Amino acid sequence: MIAQADVVVIGGGVVGCAVARKMALEGAKVILLEKGADILEGASKGNSAILHTGFDAPVDTLEQECVALGYAKYHAIHKDMHLPVKKTGAILAAWSEEEEAKFTGILEKANLNGVKDLRMLSRKEVLNIEPALGNSLVSALLVPGESIIDPWSSPLAYLKQAVENGGQAIFNAQVTGGEFANGEWVLQTSQGKVGARYVVNCAGLYGDIVDAAVFGEADFTIKPRKGQFVVFDKSAGSLLTTIILPVPTERTKGIVLFPTIFGNVVVGPTAEEQESRNKAFVDRDVLQSLIKQAEYKLPGLSGMPVTSTFAGIRPATEKSPYRIRKRAECNWLTLGGIRSTGLTAALGLAEKSFEWLLEFGASFKAVQAPIIPVMPNLAEHLPRDYTKPGYDEIVCHCEMVTDREIKEAMSGSVPAGNLGGLKRRTRVTMGRCQGFYCSARLAELTKGKLEDSLEVGVAHD
Amino acid sequence: MTKDVLDMTCDVAIVGGGPAGLGAAVALKQAGVANVTVLDRESEPGGVPRHCGHPPFGIVEFKRICSGPVYARRLVQKAREEGVKILSRTTVLALHPGGELSIASPQGQGTVTASKVVLATGVRETPRAARLVSGGRMHGICTTGALQSMVYLKNLIPFRKPVIIGSEIVSFSALLTCRRAGIKPVAMLEENASPSVVWPVKYAAALLGVRLQCECQLLSIYGNERVEGVQIRDRFGVVRDLECDGVLFTGAFTPEASLVRMSHLQSNKTSGSPVIDETGHCSDSAYLAAGNLLSPANVAMKCWADGRRIARSICSEIAA
Ligand SMILES: Cc1cc2nc3c(=O)[nH]c(=O)nc-3n(C[C@H](O)[C@H](O)[C@H](O)COP(=O)(O)OP(=O)(O)OC[C@H]3O[C@@H](n4cnc5c(N)ncnc54)[C@H](O)[C@@H]3O)c2cc1C
Ligand SMILES: Cc1cc2nc3c(=O)[nH]c(=O)nc-3n(C[C@H](O)[C@H](O)[C@H](O)COP(=O)(O)OP(=O)(O)OC[C@H]3O[C@@H](n4cnc5c(N)ncnc54)[C@H](O)[C@@H]3O)c2cc1C
Repeated sequence: MIAQADVVVIGGGVVGCAVARKMALEGAKVILLEKGADILEGASKGNSAILHTGFDAPVDTLEQECVALGYAKYHAIHKDMHLPVKKTGAILAAWSEEEEAKFTGILEKANLNGVKDLRMLSRKEVLNIEPALGNSLVSALLVPGESIIDPWSSPLAYLKQAVENGGQAIFNAQVTGGEFANGEWVLQTSQGKVGARYVVNCAGLYGDIVDAAVFGEADFTIKPRKGQFVVFDKSAGSLLTTIILPVPTERTKGIVLFPTIFGNVVVGPTAEEQESRNKAFVDRDVLQSLIKQAEYKLPGLSGMPVTSTFAGIRPATEKSPYRIRKRAECNWLTLGGIRSTGLTAALGLAEKSFEWLLEFGASFKAVQAPIIPVMPNLAEHLPRDYTKPGYDEIVCHCEMVTDREIKEAMSGSVPAGNLGGLKRRTRVTMGRCQGFYCSARLAELTKGKLEDSLEVGVAHD
Repeated sequence: MTKDVLDMTCDVAIVGGGPAGLGAAVALKQAGVANVTVLDRESEPGGVPRHCGHPPFGIVEFKRICSGPVYARRLVQKAREEGVKILSRTTVLALHPGGELSIASPQGQGTVTASKVVLATGVRETPRAARLVSGGRMHGICTTGALQSMVYLKNLIPFRKPVIIGSEIVSFSALLTCRRAGIKPVAMLEENASPSVVWPVKYAAALLGVRLQCECQLLSIYGNERVEGVQIRDRFGVVRDLECDGVLFTGAFTPEASLVRMSHLQSNKTSGSPVIDETGHCSDSAYLAAGNLLSPANVAMKCWADGRRIARSICSEIAA
């Protein structure tokens, strides 16, 4: 046995990180097992980074409850951890009268979901808030509470808090099976055996595979659903301050146009079923159509340079609800199919998970005066590291990343395990030049320090 | 406690210490302008030639042929000799009306106030994302600039057998860089019917044994951690896979114009370059622009000469 825990969390996506934090704060000895070299290697790698109020969530569902709870929890903890949140509000815009006709239903649903501050806006009122929007817009609903956050620093902060309060994260540890005997789990991982009294499966896109590896079968099947995005240059940032939501159809929530906490404007995501759970590939035709849609809604975007394109994969299943399975008889909890609201719902799911473990009979003594990690700021509207003297150089000029930030991200309680992790912790190479200016310096700074590398060897004549 | 503010004034502030900026700075000093300050965000000034490890540079400027790095050092040395103040590791964050610049450096932030500002921030290449190329985002995808910096400044290589996309003059530099580093490109793909520049590319490709394929489209990039291949459509319309461990995007120059885009200055909507009049002035007459920020992508010598032209424009204005 390489390690022994009260609670093992399988998977370092946003859900696993939030669950690990909660359990550690409640006094459990927590071990998070992640098959990747860093956290956020699955569904949580690429999303819209919107903290949802849940106004449009399915009424009376666990999802709605967790979104609302997660939203409240995030607001309760973000200040202490220096996690940025920008309450931009969302404008649910109708571009035709048919779309406008759906507003009544949407308002009713929001009311039932306890989100009561929605307001109708006339075309003129919308254009007052967002003067750059296309003028074929008819009217809109304002959802004041919708917010944008840093989608990578948040889960990292959760896991750091877990680790700094007695927890442990083990990377490159893929769970391949497990046995339950005498009230104890022994999990097989690619790093060796890990013991636990309780297990929470938060394996996201692989949730069904993990359940199947342990129980022979899973009661849900992941149906990966890809979402592609186009990120526009930061000079587009001045064109948009709120999230522009489409009127949803039966099938999809639709394409959103939104500002990011880092100062860009993004259009996406699509919703495309695919076989692969890990190939988050983009497609030129789809990207072009996204750009066209964005330009229609926000004409100022035409001619605006594209900074980046990416895709994320939702752990959807054959059914729409979250797929929670409580196996009280063996102290195993599966949080499956956390499809498209997990960034928001994670902290809520963590609260619920703790309650469910109590139902299983768990009892821990909560940590008194827990350690609260303070996160470096990556948000554009707040002071970045380079504003504080004493660094040596700016490595990434587009995103203004200092050598000091890079070194810090490679140390600490949850250091970057690979280049992707380093990017998500610092934003290095994520700007408009995509590494033209800085990748050589970055290759040098990270050489031999991460699981992967930008360079494959030395140059020779 | 030290005050972390770096405020300063100067006669002419130059944003960017590449050939254009340094050319302007030297000419201004030679014309008797007292305080000329060059601000460059890199640790070493000199601009793009710093990482162009091959000749020919310096024929007009120094009457001899040298490699890019040697040329860059000469430009810097010359400027220092003429009394130009060069501040490296100093990033210009924002341009304000009337010639006021917000700057950041490891010593702190501050404001530079200048009678005239010359913008000379150069060009870079369009990366993969902005070209909307299909496929995954794995290691081994870069531009010539990144490759050259890796090879010539750090002695590292990002791949061993890449495909090269494009056949501009810079693609020729890319081939030379590969040759120098022991990288063996598997093919060079050009969408058009013939290479953008014919003889150097053909010559270098042949020299390296690299097949130049025209009318050939890059469809997507695949792989896991690293690039494992690309899908292409060749000139017969056949779609096929090409094994490689990297994709080198060359050319498709785009001005490094974000400062201008985010400022009060009028700019060209697509390229981002500042709109200038025939004397090189921007819409705010405290600002002028020079070098490849304006016309992607001239050779260093032309940018240097353009810097000198802008310097003359400033001097005649002062004299008037
Ligand atoms: C396009 C898109 C847009 C979205 N927009 C939003 C939004 O705006 N707001 C919002 O709230 N939500 C949004 N979401 C939803 C949110 O991103 C997901 O709900 C969330 O990321 C799911 O997280 P997870 O932890 O369940 O899964 P994952 O992130 O997939 O995490 C699972 C982890 O488990 C690891 N793992 C898998 N198998 C094993 C194993 N056998 N052993 C060990 N580790 C294993 C994986 O490597 C992975 O790191 C969006 C999602 C997408 C794709
Ligand atoms: C990959 C590549 C290869 C090339 N190869 C050749 C070649 O072989 N031969 C040739 O003649 N030409 C080559 N060129 C063309 C090259 O652009 C010119 O030679 C020349 O360097 C342009 O001079 P410049 O002064 O306009 O810009 P640059 O040389 O690009 O200099 C711009 C300077 O501005 C600085 N800067 C930018 N933004 C800021 C800011 N906000 N604050 C402070 N400083 C800033 C940069 O650090 C840089 O030093 C190449 C270009 C590229 C991109």
